[in-house]
Amino acid sequence: MATDTLRGGVAKPQPSASLWRDAFSRLRKNKLAMLGLIMVGFVTFIAVFGSILAPYNYQDQDLTAVVANKGQPLPPLTGGHILGTDQIGRDLLSRLMDGARISMSVAIVVQIVVICIGVPIGAMAGWFGGRTDNVLMRFTDVMYAFPDLLFIILLTVVFKQTPFGQAMDGLLLVFVAIGLTTWVTVGRLVRGQMLALKETEFVEAAKAIGVSDRKIVTKHLLPNGIGPIIVAITLGIPAAILAEATLAYIGIGVQAPRASWGSLINDGQAVIRSSPWLTFFPAVCIAVALISFTFVGDGLRDALDPKLKGKQ
Amino acid sequence: MVSAEEDMSAADAPTIVELSADDVLRARTEAVAKAGIGRKAEHLLEVRGLSTHFFTPDGVVQAVDDVSFDVGYGETLGLVGESGCGKSVTALSIARLVPDPPGKIVKGSILFDGIDVLKLSPDDMRKLRGKEIGFIFQDPLTSLNPTLTIGYQIGEAIRQHMGLSEKATEERTIELLSKVGIPRAKERLKDYPFQFSGGMRQRVMIAIALSCDPKLILADEPTTALDVTIQAQILELIQTLSSEFGTAVLMITHDLGIAAGMCDRVNVMYAGRIVETGTVDELFEEPRMPYSWGLLDSLPRIDDVRGDRLRTIEGLPPVLIRPADACRFNPRCRYARDVCREKEPELTRRGGTDHMARCWATEPEGWIA
Amino acid sequence: MIRYIARRFLWIIPVLFVVSLITFSLMHAVPGGPWAREKAVPASMIARLNEKYGLDQPVPVQYVTWVTNLLQGNLGPSYKFQDRSVNDIVSGGIWTTVQLGLMAFFLSVAVGIPLGVIAALGHNRWPDYAATGISVLGIATPSFVLAILMILLFGVTLKLLPTGGWKGPDTWILPTIALASFPIAIITRYTRASMLEVTRKDYIRTAQSKGVADRAVVTRHMIRNALIPVITILGPTLAFLVTGSFIIESIFGIPGIGRYYITSIGQHDYGVLMAMTILYAFVVAFLNLVVDVLYAFIDPRIRYS
Repeated sequence: MATDTLRGGVAKPQPSASLWRDAFSRLRKNKLAMLGLIMVGFVTFIAVFGSILAPYNYQDQDLTAVVANKGQPLPPLTGGHILGTDQIGRDLLSRLMDGARISMSVAIVVQIVVICIGVPIGAMAGWFGGRTDNVLMRFTDVMYAFPDLLFIILLTVVFKQTPFGQAMDGLLLVFVAIGLTTWVTVGRLVRGQMLALKETEFVEAAKAIGVSDRKIVTKHLLPNGIGPIIVAITLGIPAAILAEATLAYIGIGVQAPRASWGSLINDGQAVIRSSPWLTFFPAVCIAVALISFTFVGDGLRDALDPKLKGKQ
Repeated sequence: MVSAEEDMSAADAPTIVELSADDVLRARTEAVAKAGIGRKAEHLLEVRGLSTHFFTPDGVVQAVDDVSFDVGYGETLGLVGESGCGKSVTALSIARLVPDPPGKIVKGSILFDGIDVLKLSPDDMRKLRGKEIGFIFQDPLTSLNPTLTIGYQIGEAIRQHMGLSEKATEERTIELLSKVGIPRAKERLKDYPFQFSGGMRQRVMIAIALSCDPKLILADEPTTALDVTIQAQILELIQTLSSEFGTAVLMITHDLGIAAGMCDRVNVMYAGRIVETGTVDELFEEPRMPYSWGLLDSLPRIDDVRGDRLRTIEGLPPVLIRPADACRFNPRCRYARDVCREKEPELTRRGGTDHMARCWATEPEGWIA
Repeated sequence: MIRYIARRFLWIIPVLFVVSLITFSLMHAVPGGPWAREKAVPASMIARLNEKYGLDQPVPVQYVTWVTNLLQGNLGPSYKFQDRSVNDIVSGGIWTTVQLGLMAFFLSVAVGIPLGVIAALGHNRWPDYAATGISVLGIATPSFVLAILMILLFGVTLKLLPTGGWKGPDTWILPTIALASFPIAIITRYTRASMLEVTRKDYIRTAQSKGVADRAVVTRHMIRNALIPVITILGPTLAFLVTGSFIIESIFGIPGIGRYYITSIGQHDYGVLMAMTILYAFVVAFLNLVVDVLYAFIDPRIRYS
C-alpha cells in the first residue's frame, strides 16, 4: 500500500473497516494472543465434542479396578485411565472434559447476562444523562457495595429449589448470579464511551439531520465505542470462570454427579497426599483456561488501542 | 535529589541570579569541554547527512532522510513543511530525544558548537540538554507535568545544571517567570499547570527552555495549539528573548507566515527531505520548487475573492517506507515529467547565492524558467 | 474538600440501607427456618422460638426491629450459637479478618507496584517477561489452589511452616501469600500498563529535554503520574481482601469472621448474615471513599476543582 502511494497514486481517506482490519493484523502478530486463541479453541472443542471424545461417561464408576487397587484411586496411566480415577473409579479425564463444558458455558452465559444488563443500562445513562444517569449510576453504587461472592451465594441459596435453580444441573442460577454481580464494570464503561462519543462531530451531525436517538445509539455510538467493551467482556471471562470454580470449590453451584474443575479440586484435596493427581490436573485445567482468555483479552486490548500503534 | 552535578561543586556555584557570559562559560560541563570546546566552530549547529528511521512492524519508515543544514550563532532558522514531513523528528534527533525503540538515528553527524552530539555518552548528552539546548514543544497542555508545580518544573533544569542554592534557584525561577510575562510570578510558583491558560502555559514552557541560558532553542510548532491572538504574543516573546540573550532558534512550523516573520533563513522539508533552502526573501520572492509554491499558495490572502475555495495542495504526503528513487513530491506535482518519476533530483544551487532547491523542473536545463 | 468528604460519607447511608433491604428480603425468601435440625423439632417448640425471637412478625416489622437495634449498636441474637450475640461473634473474629486482609493488602502493594514499574522500565526485555510471567501465574492460580499447594509443600513436605491456625507470625505467612497472589497479579498488570502509558506522555519528553537524570525522570515524573490510575483499584482490592478471605480462613482454620458468612446462609442464621452483609458493604463503600480522597491528594487537578 505504501509503495503504491509513492508510485503515483494518492492515498485516500481510509474506510472505517480498516480499523478492524488493522486491529486484526496486529492481533495476528501478537504471539501470546495467538497462543491464547489456540488454547481457547482447544478448550471450546473439548467442551463441544467432549461427550463424544471422552473415553468414559463422566459418571461411570470402574469399581472393580478400584477394589483391585485396595480401594485406592487409580494413578494416571493405569487400568486404561489416562489421568487415573477418583475414589469410586470415575475416569478423571472424562470428568475434566465435562468440566470444560461447564467452564465454557460460564464463559458464554455470564457474558451474555453482562451484555444484556450492562450495555442497555450504560447506554441509557450515558445517552440521556441528567436524572436518568444519576439514578442508574447510584444504582451501580449499590451494586458495587455488595460483596460479590457473598451476594452470589445468597442468590443461589434463595433460588435453589425453584425450577430456575434446577436448570442446567443448577448451573444456570450460578451463571446468572455471577452475571448480576459483574455487569457494573461493563455498564460504567459503556456509559463512559457514550459520554465521550456523544460530543463528537459525527453524532452532532446525525442529530442535526434529525436521526432518532435510538438509531444514533445503535448505528453510530455502539459500533464506534465497541472496542473497549469487547476487551472488557473478554477479560470478564476469566473472572467468571474463576468465580464459578471458587463457588464450586466451596460446594455451591454444580450438582453431583456432575463436577466442575473447582469441585474436583475440593474432592481431590481430601486425598491430596496419596493421590495428588486428583488435585493437580483440575488445577492445571483452570490455569490453562484463565491464562488463555487473559492472553486473548490483552491481545485484543493492545490491538484495538490505536495509541499503541507502531510503538510495540 | 540531584542538585549539584559532579562537574561543579556547590562551593563555586554563582549565587547571583543573572548569569554573565563568563558564568555560563564556567558552568559548562567538563564533558562538553572534553568533547571539543575550543575548536572554533563556524556555525552553532551543523547537521550533516542526518537520517532518522523508525523501525515499525509495517516496515522501516525513513522519517528523516539525508538532511543537512546549519544554524549560525544567534540566527533564527525556519524549518517548514506539512505535518509528518520529518521536521519534528529532525529537532528531536538534534537533542537525541527520538523515542528508541522504534526510532533510531542511523546516519549523519550533528555538530553542536563544535561538539559531535551523536558521539556523546548518554550522560554527557544529558548535560547538554536543557542547558545548552532548550526545547519548546507544540502542545503546552500536555507538555507540562500535571502533578508538579510550575515552580518545580522550571527550577528542575536550573537545579540540575547550574548547581544554584535552593534560594537562588527560586529567585531565578521568579525572574524567568516575570521575564516571560507571567504576572505575580512569585505567587504563582506553587500553582499547577492546569491553573494556567494555554498561552500562559506556553510562556512557562519558554521559561523552562530559557532557564539555563541555552545557546540554541528548538521550538517545535510553539504556537500551533494556541489561539491566533495568543500566537502573536508568544512569537514576539520568543523573538525578543532570543535576541536579548543572543540565542539561536530553530523554528519549526507549518505556517509560512510565521517563518516569514521570525526567521533569517528557511528550510522547506517534504517527506523527510529538505527540498528548498534560502533566505526568507529568496524563498518568498522566488521559490524554486513546486511544493514551496503550493505552500505559499495555500496561505489565505487578504485579496482573496470571497467565496473562492481555500487553495490547498491536492493529495497527501507519501508513506516513507521504501521510497522509490523518484522526486517524492511528483505524485502531487502538476509539472511532473518522466524524469521526476525515474530519478530523485539533488539539492542544487539556484542563482549564485545559497539558495538551493531539489527539483528537476527548475534546474538550469529544466522546463520551468 | 471537607464538604465533599461529608457528602460522600452521607451517601454511604442510603447505599447500606438498600443493600440491607435487598439482603433481608432475599434471606427471608429462603425456604426453611433457623430451627431446622437433623432431628425433627416439634411444631410447638418452633412456634415458641419464633415468638421469642420475633420471627412470627411480618418481615417488614422484623426489618424495622433489626434497623432499630442496629442503630443502637445491637446486631441481634445468633440463632445458631444461642449463647452468643452477633456482637460477640463479630467482635471475636473481625480483627483477625482485618489483620489478614491488611497484611495481604500491604504485601500486594509492596510487591505489585515495584514489579509493575520494573516490567514497564524493561519493556519487552527480560524484566518485563519475568514480571509478566509472575503476574500470569498469579492470575492463573486460584487462591484456594495456591493455599493447598503451599500447605502441601511448606507445611507437609518441608515442614517449614504450620499448616493452619492463627497463633503467631509463622502462621500468618502462608494465608497472607495465598490471599495476596491474585491482587499482586492485578496490581502488577495495572501498574505496568499505566507506566507504559505515562512513558509516552509529552511531559516525560519535556523532562528529558531539560536534561533531568533518568532516575529523577522515573521517580518524579513517571511513577507519580502512573500511580494515579493504580490507586483507583486499591480500594476495591482492599475491600476484596477484607471481605473475600473466607475461603482462605476456612482452609487454614483461621478464627476470623469470614467463615461465619457461608455457614450463616445455610443455617438461616439471619442475624449473623445481616451483620456480615452490612459490615462488608460498609467496608467496600468506605474504602471507595478513602480512595477518592487519596486520589485528590495525589492529583492536584481534582483537589482544586
